[in-house]
Amino acid sequence: MSFDLDHYISDFDQLQKNDNWFSEQRQSALNLFKETGFPSSRQEDWRYTDVRPIAKKKFSNIHEHAISLSNKEVDAVRFQGLDCIELVFINGVFCKEHSHLDDLPANVIIENMADALKEDDALLAKHLAHHADNKISPFTALNTAFIQHGTYIHVPKNTVIEKPINILYLSKADKSPFATHPRNLIIMAEHSEATVIESYVGIDDGDYFTNAVTEVALSADAILKHYKVQQESLNAYHVGNLNVVHGKNSKLESHSISLGGSLVRNDIHSQLAAEGAEIVMNGLYMTTDKQHVDNHTRVDHLKPNTFSTENYRGILNGKSRAVFNGKVIVHKDAQKIEAHQNNANLLLSNDAEIDTKPELEIYADDVKCSHGATVGQLDQNMLFYLRSRAIDEETARSLLTYAFADELISNISFIPIRNRLERLVIGQLPDAALIREFTNEQS
Amino acid sequence: MLTIKDLHAKVEKKQILKGLNLDVKAGEVHAIMGPNGSGKSTLANVLAGRNGYEVTKGNVDFENENLLELAPEERAWKGLFLAFQYPVEIPGVNNVYLLKAAVNAVRKHRGETELDAVEFLALIKEKMKLVKMKEDLLNRSVNEGFSGGEKKRNEIFQMAVLEPKLAILDETDSGLDIDALKTVAEGVNSLRNEERAIILVTHYQRLLDYIKPDFVHVLSDGKIIKSGGPELALELEEKGYDWLLEKGEAA
Ligand SMILES: Nc1ncnc2c1ncn2[C@@H]1O[C@H](COP(=O)(O)OP(=O)(O)OP(=O)(O)O)[C@@H](O)[C@H]1O
Ligand SMILES: [Mg+2]
Repeated sequence: MSFDLDHYISDFDQLQKNDNWFSEQRQSALNLFKETGFPSSRQEDWRYTDVRPIAKKKFSNIHEHAISLSNKEVDAVRFQGLDCIELVFINGVFCKEHSHLDDLPANVIIENMADALKEDDALLAKHLAHHADNKISPFTALNTAFIQHGTYIHVPKNTVIEKPINILYLSKADKSPFATHPRNLIIMAEHSEATVIESYVGIDDGDYFTNAVTEVALSADAILKHYKVQQESLNAYHVGNLNVVHGKNSKLESHSISLGGSLVRNDIHSQLAAEGAEIVMNGLYMTTDKQHVDNHTRVDHLKPNTFSTENYRGILNGKSRAVFNGKVIVHKDAQKIEAHQNNANLLLSNDAEIDTKPELEIYADDVKCSHGATVGQLDQNMLFYLRSRAIDEETARSLLTYAFADELISNISFIPIRNRLERLVIGQLPDAALIREFTNEQS
Repeated sequence: MLTIKDLHAKVEKKQILKGLNLDVKAGEVHAIMGPNGSGKSTLANVLAGRNGYEVTKGNVDFENENLLELAPEERAWKGLFLAFQYPVEIPGVNNVYLLKAAVNAVRKHRGETELDAVEFLALIKEKMKLVKMKEDLLNRSVNEGFSGGEKKRNEIFQMAVLEPKLAILDETDSGLDIDALKTVAEGVNSLRNEERAIILVTHYQRLLDYIKPDFVHVLSDGKIIKSGGPELALELEEKGYDWLLEKGEAA
């Protein structure tokens, strides 16, 4: 079934484009989107996720009038006391007043994509839309057509950015449903290092659609720690694509935490295109009510001696549904690679549902691969043990649920982020106050 | 303190306890011995309130209340403690914070003020010394990666901190080395006073050298078939259970 795409096309015509050098790519992305339309559940990659609710709704893609947020509202989602480089976007539009981009290290570029686009920058032109394939997802094509605001980062050779780069995409209810298409490009030159946190936060119960794309280019020996925290409004839709191309001995550590949204799809696509490249993917999704959260990852081992490790955990409550699909493709001649994958799920309600599918395609013979998926409930023996130690049933359940999530979060080496995530996760649990008591003192 | 009358219980549709009677008064120590599979742990679990144990007949009175109607945590609040035969590992739940939550839950339900961090620390320091608990075990996840003996010692440590009215120790002595056995016995003895009672489930007379029981019972096929004083344990050590079982059958 096809949907009316006219409003995307008319919005596209209205879009302010100050970037002639990019117009051809925009136009062809739009054409591609027009041709394919939204994905249908007949496509294998979208089998368990029905995007018709997104396709049916007429979101506005143009944000002329600025929505403002008070300091208090923005502070609530900031890392208290953590010195960050910070970019704040409100309903898709960069907000200079709330951002902190002063005293960047020499030659480092961190700026709003809309500003970067205005200049015919050779580096930007070389990378933008080159690492995310419009053909793989219509959502990516749609994003490329609408690229405006977003984050452009270039970390030059041998540069380590100590402060985390905190990117806040905040959304607040508007008069009518709106779509934003944040676009991030992170270019890491040789031997560079950085930490980037992308947060997508619904300030209230707004009805909107976030369609984000992040491209990462890692040169030799570059290290990027990437965090994505998805806390959209429970009325919102979120589709996010992270695309990474790896140089020699480069490393990406990805942590993806999905808590909000009514319909959510997260994709990670990693191309281990040079020897020694490594990706670590950690993910946690917590769903309740009628939320639907789909995590798809795909790793291409294109060269020998490349490594991937994936560990995703889900906690499902209510009538929610989650999908996990982890694909690993070991290409011909990619010998001596290692790929390990695990997906563990905790079902807290009988009505929750998970579809989990690890996929391994191996075309080389000297490889070390493992994968596993589990779906279970809270352990009755542990529950009884806690209760026999005077812990009431509800607290015991929350505590064990938290412990399940924490096995993942406790791997995060950056303490302020770990503490923040722990707090967020606890906030999602029944009986949060009591669990907080348990853990506050622990840290 | 605890009165068990004609207790019948099923596990997985299998009748395990078949008319068990036991009367434990404050200040007493009772040892329960008996062959493997006779129902000792079943009794302990029924008393602690584990799911899946169906009481089909009889009743249990604890401090003038119907114990069987209470949730496991309510039993703990009222002062019942079970040291498990096989303590479970709980990854991600910190040992010492579990203890603090446990102590304060019990205090709250007794109408006492909760302990603050300093008071709690003082309490566990004292008890750690008592049961010679290694400090590094304290901050690990509950029982995770503990050796068999360390798990048992952790149970006794929890018991010492919680100071229950009625402690049931299910084969806490099994798998302990001699020194650990003595320490466990010291922990138990220090708890002993005229307001508390202890039920020791054990296979070995050795433990009873250190903790002298007031009564020894033999549990067989879901019933107590013989009760006596400490000398009964010695007799069992010497003769085994066969003579009792045969007699039981003959009767
Ligand atoms: N969950 C269960 N499912 C099925 N049978 C069970 C279960 N729990 C206990 N039983 C059975 O009940 C009987 C009594 O078991 P119990 O553990 O109480 O014995 P015990 O006296 O403690 O033995 P031991 O000295 O070996 O610890 C055994 O035959 C055992 O197999
Ligand atoms: Mg037993």
